[in-house]
Parts: sequence; C-alpha cells; structure tokens
Amino acid sequence: MLYREAGQFKSSYTSDQQIFPIRQDRIGIMLLLLVAFVLVPGMADEYWLKGILIPFLVFSLAALGLNILTGYAGQLSLGSAAFMAVGAFASYNFMLRIDGMPLLVAFALGGVMAALVGIVFGLPSLRIKGFYLAVATLAAQFFIIWLLTKVSWFSNDSTSGVISAQEMEIFGYVFDSPESKYLLVLSIVTVMALMAKNMVRGAVGRAWMAVRDMDVAAEVIGIRIMHTKLLAFAVSSFYCGVAGALYAYAYIGTVEPEGFNLDLSFKILFMIIIGGVGSISGAFLGSAFIVLLPIFLDVLVQDVFAGLLPPSIASNLQLMVFGGLIIFFLIVEPHGLARLWQITKEKLRLWPFPH
Amino acid sequence: MSGRKIGEVILDLQHISLRFGGVKALTDISFDVKEHEIRAIIGPNGAGKSSMLNVINGVYHPQEGKITFHGEERAKMEPHQAAMQGISRTFQNIALFKGMSVLDNIMTGRITKMKANFLEQAIHLGRARREELAHRAKVEEVIDFLEIQHIRKTPVGRLPYGLQKRVELGRALAAEPSMLLLDEPMAGMNVEEKQDMCRFILDVNDQFGTTIVLIEHDMGVVMDISDRVVVLDYGKKIGDGTPDEVRNNEEVISAYLGVSH
Ligand SMILES: Nc1ncnc2c1ncn2[C@@H]1O[C@H](COP(=O)(O)OP(=O)(O)OP(=O)(O)O)[C@@H](O)[C@H]1O
Ligand SMILES: [Mg+2]
Repeated sequence: MLYREAGQFKSSYTSDQQIFPIRQDRIGIMLLLLVAFVLVPGMADEYWLKGILIPFLVFSLAALGLNILTGYAGQLSLGSAAFMAVGAFASYNFMLRIDGMPLLVAFALGGVMAALVGIVFGLPSLRIKGFYLAVATLAAQFFIIWLLTKVSWFSNDSTSGVISAQEMEIFGYVFDSPESKYLLVLSIVTVMALMAKNMVRGAVGRAWMAVRDMDVAAEVIGIRIMHTKLLAFAVSSFYCGVAGALYAYAYIGTVEPEGFNLDLSFKILFMIIIGGVGSISGAFLGSAFIVLLPIFLDVLVQDVFAGLLPPSIASNLQLMVFGGLIIFFLIVEPHGLARLWQITKEKLRLWPFPH
Repeated sequence: MSGRKIGEVILDLQHISLRFGGVKALTDISFDVKEHEIRAIIGPNGAGKSSMLNVINGVYHPQEGKITFHGEERAKMEPHQAAMQGISRTFQNIALFKGMSVLDNIMTGRITKMKANFLEQAIHLGRARREELAHRAKVEEVIDFLEIQHIRKTPVGRLPYGLQKRVELGRALAAEPSMLLLDEPMAGMNVEEKQDMCRFILDVNDQFGTTIVLIEHDMGVVMDISDRVVVLDYGKKIGDGTPDEVRNNEEVISAYLGVSH
C-alpha cells in the first residue's frame, strides 16, 4: 500500500483543495522538479538537452495549450501550429523593432498576439461545433501560414519568410549553452503548467468543462457561453504562442512559417490523444511519448533488428506505429496515458490486496 | 405543511404563445406564480410543459405574450440572465456535466456568485483562493442537505439514475435560487427515491422559502405537495387552481386524469 489517501484525513477544505491533495503526489512532483532542475542539467549531454528535452518541454507547452481548448473546453482545433507561428513571429518582431525589449516580455507579448488571433479564429465556435469547427480552425492554419509567408514585413524582408531568432538575454545573462536554454524553457513551462492546473481546477476550468459536457445546462446555470469559449481560445492560443516563441528561440533558432505546418498541428493533437484529453499531465506524457517514440524506433530498427526488416517497412515503421497507437487510444482508452497512470495508481492504493 | 406563508405574485405570465415552425407548443397561456408556493404544471405528453419552463428561464422566446418577474416586465432574456435573477432549474433528461465529479458539478452551480477572474485563478492567491474555499463550504452545506456526502468525489456518469437526479437538484440549489424550476424530478424513480425527492423538495420550500415550479406526472405526488396546479393539454391551458379544484374540473378529468398513465 504505497500510494494511499487513507490516514491522510482532511480536516479542512483548504487541505482538500491544495493543488495536489494527496501527499504522495506532492512528494512525487517535488522529486520530479528536483530532478528536472538540479540533476538533469548536470547529467544530460548536449544531444539529450537540445535534441530531446528542450523539444519535449516546448511541445508539452503547446499540447497543454491545445488540451485547454480541446480537452477542457471541448473545442476541437487543428490550428495549434499556426498559433505557435504567431507567437514566434510576433516575439521576433517585438524584439526586432522595439529597442531594449526584454526577452520575457517579448515572449509574453507573442503569446498575447497569438491569443488575439485565437479569439478571432474562435469566433466560428459560437455557431458551429465538432467537425465543422475543426475545418474552420484548419482555415486558420492555412491562412496564417500563408500570410506570414506572403507579407515579408513579418520576417523583416528575408527570403521565403525565414527568421533567425535573436540571442536570448535576460539582465545581461546570455542563454547560449544547452543547459541554460533548457533551464529557461523548464522554468517557463513549469510556471505556466502550474497556472494551467490552477485554472482548470478553479471556476474557469469548471466553466470550460461545463460548456464541453452540456452547453444548454451551462447556460442555464449562468455561464456566458460566448465569453467562456473565447476565453478558452485565448488562453489556449497564448500557451501555443509562447510555445512557438520558445520553439524558435530555444530550440531551432531559425524558422520559416512552413515549419509550423499542418503536420505539426496534427502532431500536437496526437500528443493529447495519446497523453490524455483533458489532463495536464497528459500533455507532458503525450509529448514525451511522441518525442521519444521515433528515437526508440530508430534504435529498434538499426540496432535490434538491424537488417531484418525490409527497408520499405523500416522507413515507414514510425507512421505505422503512430497510426496504430492513435487508433488504439481512440478506441480503447480515450483518456490516454494519463488515465492509464491513474488506473495504476488506483491499483497501487489497494496493493498488495486485490480488494 | 409548516408555517411558511405564501406571498404575492412574483411571476406573471400573460397570453404566452410559442411556435416552432408550424407546431404550436403553447397557445395563449396565462398564469401566475406566488412567492414561496409550490406550483405544479401537469398535462399529457407533448402538452407543452417543458416548453413552459423553457419560456420562464429564457431558453425559448415566445412569439407573443408578456412576462412580469418581480414586478418588472421582462424584455427578451437569455438563460444566463435568468440565472443571475435567481432562477435555477433541473431538466427532464438529466443534464449534468458528465465528465465532472459530484462536487465540481455542484460547485459549478455557484458560478454566478464567483468574482475572481481567470488570471487571479491562475495564480490562485488572494481573492480566488478565498472564494474557492468560501464557496466550497456552501457547496458542502448542499451536499449535507441532500445526503450525498459519500459520493462527493465520484464522477457523475458513474452514479445510478436516482442519485444523478439528486445531484442535479444540488447543482440548482447551490445557486441559492429564489425560484426553482423542476422538470419531472421524480420521473423514472422507484417509490423510495420518490419519497426522498419529495422530502427534499418540501424541505427546500420550507427551509429556504424557495418558490418552486414543478412538472410531474405522478398525480399522487402532485396532489400531495403542490399549492396550486396548472393543467395544459395540446399547448392550451385547461385548468388552474388548487389540487382539489383541478381534480374536480370536468375538462381536466376528460382530457387528462381519465387517461391512464
Ligand atoms: N426545440 C423544439 N423544436 C421543435 N419543437 C419543439 C421543441 N421543443 C418542443 N417542441 C414541441 O412542442 C410541443 C410541446 O413539447 P414539450 O416538450 O413542451 O411537452 P411536454 O409537455 O414537456 O411533454 P413531455 O411530458 O413528453 O415531456 C411538442 O409537440 C414538441 O414536439
Ligand atoms: Mg417535458
């Protein structure tokens, strides 16, 4: 009985309403943060930091954004990557055009711009739902990328809209080593994840879920549907926007609008499907899964089954496995890895007794 | 019944007509509701009872008629505005938030009373935190009142039907409404569950003075707990009065009570 609530009697609503009400969860999160902030920067090599951990964090943030919109507020979107692009290009322009613009403020403003664009493209959600809304967000995806490519002002007149992110500097400290970049991204993602957790367990989160589950009843209770949906679009796009800025500044450095194409939007959607729709931890699990899976499959193909698989299968293995997993999760466990983890915890609660 | 006092008219409906395309759901209906009373609406299937509730809290907008609430004639109103004015309701087909726990469903019922904006909530300090705790305490009162402490954390989708109905009542009560609209709160329940629900309705009315407009098919229940009854048939009003008056009304007997259910 390693994981139990029993014995932890809650004598007040204060303790029941902590961000992580169960002690083992609190300890787990503390340990995780300790490892992430203290051990990892010392132990991980450059490849791990730049190639795995930073993208993992950036995608987690984008998936978190999409999960707020789709998982909590129930509005399907295929435009996440476009909102990332808005964040990246807006931050770039704020840095470029305003002297002495602080980096973090530029990221935040990039997020705000994405939020505003998100609100505009969220307007159709007041009229249409589900599949049709997804198509409308698809329009956002294509339109935004087209606009960023066409209007060369956004990329300071560079060829084909490529931007090179400026150096990251805060109070004179330059974030140029992989460790420092990783720590900066980790700090931003941690703070934003905690804020997201607070929102979804508070009144806004309940309003989002109410609109998702039963909009007529939500309205009758006094929830303003329009306000609630547009807020979800705004907050979600803000998260995607900041993720986009980090993608450009801390991950790849040089990006073009096409880098934020529909493929990336789908990738983020797959992250929340696999990780868990409507769960904060699900965004992280899904991102980890999708960042790590290709690496794992490469190892499998090259080292374990070296030469055993026909090249046609080996090169498409990733797509096949992805497809299979998506179908598996959609049919068998719509709440994704986060739910499987939950079930494991519930089992642990009873372990070693079966009942 | 206890010493509660029925007050003045607080809701007055005059000549309400509601059409959906060619379907006349309500035709020229007038009746009123007095403060603190239990007002029942009865009638056969499709008579327009649910439509009537939907008119009262702004889900449907009648083409004709005048609605006066608390002495003020009401312009076209949206449901969330009705909620702000103290009108809560439950639905004929349970309309709970399936993915949320009992506690969260009932907490959602207090949404109109919560003031902290999303940024304050994201940081969860100060007002947002205080509010969450204060409202949690109120919600716990509702949970105690309805005797559902044991299922607080259960996702509502996993609950049996009768309990879901009770949670839905809890969500409506959490708003501390002055008027409660109940659409068939006892439909599909067994005898014991019905008795519980009756007791809760009477207690709400008695302890909080809440005015209740109730749709119910079970005649025994209606005659037992309501102060006055409106009878609808094919969208028209065919009777209005105390349970005894309605019971003895010829038109009502032939149109409704004569038909076995
Ligand atoms: N949204 C709607 N669109 C079209 N027609 C509707 C709508 N709502 C109700 N109606 C019609 O209005 C009439 C009255 O329906 P209503 O649901 O109010 O009856 P009811 O008395 O509540 O019946 P029941 O006992 O079956 O619940 C019916 O003919 C119904 O088909
Ligand atoms: Mg009905």
